[in-house]
Amino acid sequence: MSNTYMINGDAAAFSPRLALDKVVFKGFNLWYGDNHVLKDIDIAIKSNVVTAFMGPSGCGKSTLLRSIDRMNDIIPSCKTEGDVYIDGRNIYEPDEDVYELRKTVGMVFQKPNPFPMSIYDNIAYGPRLHKMASGEGLDKIVEESLRGAVLWDEVKDRLQENAFGLSGGQQQRVCIARALSINPDIILMDEPCSALDPIATIKIEALMRELKDKYTVVLVTHNLQQAARVSEMTAFMYIGEIIEFGATSDVFENPQNELTENYITGRFG
Amino acid sequence: MRTEDIISKILFLCASFSAVIVFMITVFLLQEGVRMLNPSFLFGKTWSPHRELFGIFPTLVGTLCVVAGAVVIATAIGIPSAIFLSEFSPFWVRNIIKSSVELIVGIPSVVIGFFGLTVLVPFIRDNVGGRGESILAGWIVLAFMILPNLITIAEDSLRAVPRSYREASLALGATRWQTVRNVVLPSASSGIRAALVLGVGRAMGETMAVLMVVGNPETPWIPLGILDRVRMLTSTIAIEFSYAEWGSSHQYALFAIGVVLFFMVTALNFIATFVIRRKNIQ
Repeated sequence: MSNTYMINGDAAAFSPRLALDKVVFKGFNLWYGDNHVLKDIDIAIKSNVVTAFMGPSGCGKSTLLRSIDRMNDIIPSCKTEGDVYIDGRNIYEPDEDVYELRKTVGMVFQKPNPFPMSIYDNIAYGPRLHKMASGEGLDKIVEESLRGAVLWDEVKDRLQENAFGLSGGQQQRVCIARALSINPDIILMDEPCSALDPIATIKIEALMRELKDKYTVVLVTHNLQQAARVSEMTAFMYIGEIIEFGATSDVFENPQNELTENYITGRFG
Repeated sequence: MRTEDIISKILFLCASFSAVIVFMITVFLLQEGVRMLNPSFLFGKTWSPHRELFGIFPTLVGTLCVVAGAVVIATAIGIPSAIFLSEFSPFWVRNIIKSSVELIVGIPSVVIGFFGLTVLVPFIRDNVGGRGESILAGWIVLAFMILPNLITIAEDSLRAVPRSYREASLALGATRWQTVRNVVLPSASSGIRAALVLGVGRAMGETMAVLMVVGNPETPWIPLGILDRVRMLTSTIAIEFSYAEWGSSHQYALFAIGVVLFFMVTALNFIATFVIRRKNIQ
């Protein structure tokens, strides 16, 4: 395969990929009102790797991330064209159940946003909502999720305390545990370390590398070093378009596009 | 003295004006009112000035009945309205509803009372029973009057809930209603409680509109049904002050009612402030 990893051809020609790749964007466009935010996105995201979307602010990388669990639907002026497949299923079909979809996709946001409740209730929120378990079963989900987010040992004795009492990095791991609690396939992370100090950042990055064994991880970051440290695949975006997409080492060491090169060498961004 | 200092002194005088007035009203009320404040005033069952009987208990009970019912009705309509406006309404619908709700505040209370007297009271008389002037009429008129503040404060506290809470809940596959019920409402609950407490205070102090529809029997009794006529604390002062003889115990009794109202409403406002402040400290 060449350095860049672009998809061409019609849906039939690339249907074999649909089974292979976890998330596939095909001719995807998105507008907020008259603002054309995502332009003809074609990209295939593999299972069990960390894929990073990077690019300057306003390039559409967060919007692209949010298209994977249709969180953009919340914004009334948002309209889309084209398809996004998860495991070969087009999630932009009119009969798609977005609530079911969001159960299979966990999301972690830019700023830690635990609910104003206890650590336990934060993690139990999703499982309770979907009646996945109660009593001891729920305790087990909470413990497993917190272990998955490498937070269990730090909080196991104070699960009933308010999550706001934790440090920023711990709060973000509560949010990651909360995302894991509904047992998703895909974890979306929207600049998850931008509000954290360097030590908390190192912990979250280590966690991302661990998570990819069980989940498909998609990461939005404006931090080049972070993309280089944690991702296998990197997409560089600029004003709503994917300029370049390929193995992270290729994109960083041997960029094919001048814009990518300029961004990576710090000439803009 | 420099101009700067003179200006700052003038500004200080203006700013102290309301504080001084509040202080003077408090002192005046207490001075005139406390001499009648005793158990037989608060718990006496008969109010009959010409027999020198000044028991406000039936009036107190009547007031509480009307206020409680009005707040319940206003809550039942106002909180769902606030939830709709903040969480579900399209932008243009919200604008229309918000402006009409805010328009209610601008209607003079005597006009609302007049509407109650000419439309609501006959309607109750013809369709529900009794004389029309009743607790029920008071409930409806007062509920309508406290609704705008209730909706506005409740909606503000719902909108103050960070968007990130809603996003986190939706991203976990919650519907909008599940998000409102499990995350937004609990987070806004202190603001909503404060709105209710302020609503009670407002209802307690309202005079004109409610005076026109509750009947104000000359000798009030403890109400037994929602079609009974009652007297409000406020309307007792408004109706009787003009013919209470200067310096008579009747006049002091009316002052004492003022003291009772003053303390109840002030206490409610303090509670509301306390509820809001406690939330902010968290």
